[in-house]
Amino acid sequence: MEIAVDERGYYGEFGGAFIPEMLYPNVEELKRRYLSIMEEPDFQRRFRQLLRDYVGRPSPLYLAERLSNHYGATIYLKREDLNHTGAHKINNTIGQILLAQKLGKTRIIAETGAGQHGVATATVCALMGLQCIVYMGAVDIQRQAPNVARMRMLGAEVRPATSGSQTLKDATNEAIRDWINHPEETHYIIGSVVGPHPYPDMVARFQSVISEEMKWQLLEHTGNSDPDLVIACVGGGSNAAGAFYHYLNTPAVRLVAVEAAGKGIHSGHSAATSVLGTKGVIHGSRTLLMQTDDGQIIEPYSISAGLDYPGIGPMHAHLIKTGRAEAVSITDEEALNAAFSLTRTEGIIPALETAHALAALDKLSFKKTDIMVVCLSGRGDKDLAAYIEYLDSHGL
Amino acid sequence: MDFNHNRIRQLFDRKKENILNIYFTAGFPRLDDTGDIITALGDAGVDLVEIGMPYSDPLADGPTIQQSGQVALRNGMTLPLLFEQIAAVRAKTDLPLILMGYFNQVMQYGETAFFEKCAEIGIDGLIIPDLPLVEYKSSYRDTIESLGLGFSFLITPQTSTERIRMVDELSRGFIYMVSNAAITGAKADITRLQIDYFDRIKGMRLSNPRLIGFGISSFKTFSTACEYANGAIIGSAFIKALESSNGQLSDTVAGFVAGIKNEHGEQQTQSVEPLKN
Repeated sequence: MEIAVDERGYYGEFGGAFIPEMLYPNVEELKRRYLSIMEEPDFQRRFRQLLRDYVGRPSPLYLAERLSNHYGATIYLKREDLNHTGAHKINNTIGQILLAQKLGKTRIIAETGAGQHGVATATVCALMGLQCIVYMGAVDIQRQAPNVARMRMLGAEVRPATSGSQTLKDATNEAIRDWINHPEETHYIIGSVVGPHPYPDMVARFQSVISEEMKWQLLEHTGNSDPDLVIACVGGGSNAAGAFYHYLNTPAVRLVAVEAAGKGIHSGHSAATSVLGTKGVIHGSRTLLMQTDDGQIIEPYSISAGLDYPGIGPMHAHLIKTGRAEAVSITDEEALNAAFSLTRTEGIIPALETAHALAALDKLSFKKTDIMVVCLSGRGDKDLAAYIEYLDSHGL
Repeated sequence: MDFNHNRIRQLFDRKKENILNIYFTAGFPRLDDTGDIITALGDAGVDLVEIGMPYSDPLADGPTIQQSGQVALRNGMTLPLLFEQIAAVRAKTDLPLILMGYFNQVMQYGETAFFEKCAEIGIDGLIIPDLPLVEYKSSYRDTIESLGLGFSFLITPQTSTERIRMVDELSRGFIYMVSNAAITGAKADITRLQIDYFDRIKGMRLSNPRLIGFGISSFKTFSTACEYANGAIIGSAFIKALESSNGQLSDTVAGFVAGIKNEHGEQQTQSVEPLKN
């Protein structure tokens, strides 16, 4: 079974474009043009050049020896944290800003949770001299202050989303409403593999550079381009989509999607969508989402602003429902422990989102001979406040 | 069921102009106001009533309707309760009733079960702004039409001529003309550019009647909209009136509708009421 998006924008039963008519011309234009623009030699040349010279790609594939010894298997870290702006998010924003220019758009909007996508969008807007407005939940503005400051310094306007739980879901709602109100001049740079078709496919393609590099890097390191496991955290799921992309149709490679269980899957304070979610429509796509029996979307919870989302990209919903990917849920506490563990075994401070992927190593069964790649999606500078609180409360 | 017996169809058969469609969010301001608001709107001479199913994430709606939905949900509004309330008021009125909501609510209820329930309790038409034409046509049109329900799609100034023809083919009851690129409640006077768009659509001689919505809030904007379409839809302005009212619900509704239908309607209504301090 080939895993790819179909013409209507579906992965199996998930995907589509459930959007109000006001957005139809924009989304239709994107759908009609994204593939041909992305295939243009000029586009490819500029995209590749910026990824190399500006982002700093290829990102290293690092053999984490002490971590490997601790778990008794071979663990590589795909160092997306070393990218310019500190996370994988910039792979997508570089691609989308070039696309927005091809579409003749002059105004850029984005949503952000942890602020990583907001910073990555503000960065490429500064680079291209385009107006940038970032919607961010008021709660996230509080807990990710360093990234808010970075966006402002980059010249972006950060607008607080004050509805609902004032987190990523609400920031996305506000960005979509902005797009409805300004359809002609605006391009909406969605930061994850969510939203109406073609966004999930387009963002996955821009992020697919992660697994493209992993293949040749693994071949150099081990003589085999395929690992036994690929592990990545999933909020909407863009770093996971990029890390899985070139292995989707290689069933021997286990794909592990790690979600945020917050204070516990069934605690009422969780974002473990694959367990708690049912089929529905969120932000324009049919996928799994956390909702009440009456179809009201539930406000999720995670210590990690980037995973604090009640849905999951339609590709991931499909991968999990068909058994192609395994889902693992990690609590706040487990993620914090994993962040300190990586910091003190390898000298790398990971983002809270990434820490969830690392914590999955404690939950998975694997063989001593297994080769695993953990997508180290982002660095933890933005999370120092949470980490310092942990240090103090645990007497470390 | 034959669409000729549909109340929306019958309304447009007998009345071609100045059609007033009022939207309100069910469960706002109070959980049990649904029946009273519908009755009062009917008494005030409104032609059509659009009942909003409150939703946690209403993407096409502006702050006023969003907030009314939040209040309604906090008040405890659910679909089963709303269906009970509508069934009860349907026994007392022949007003055409339209249900507006988001597709996730329909999916979670079960699409077929939802449409059957709507027909059973006397709903006449549906507006689901995030259900795309292509999904409607391939999966839901047959069921909805066989139940005798109307369905209204939206068009905007950016909708292509070809697509407007498709909207006209798939809509039953009326076409919802979004006055401007905007979410609901956006505040604007009607501009020259909008008039050009209204004129262009009028000239297409569509088979469905047209109602203009978004930004219609006053006697003036309603009258202008009625020059270019069969009527108009008012939502946010009515929600605001309900919100700021501290008198009887029926008086608020009557005063609001009079203010839309007549240039000095609201003042007249107030002058015949006893002064409340």
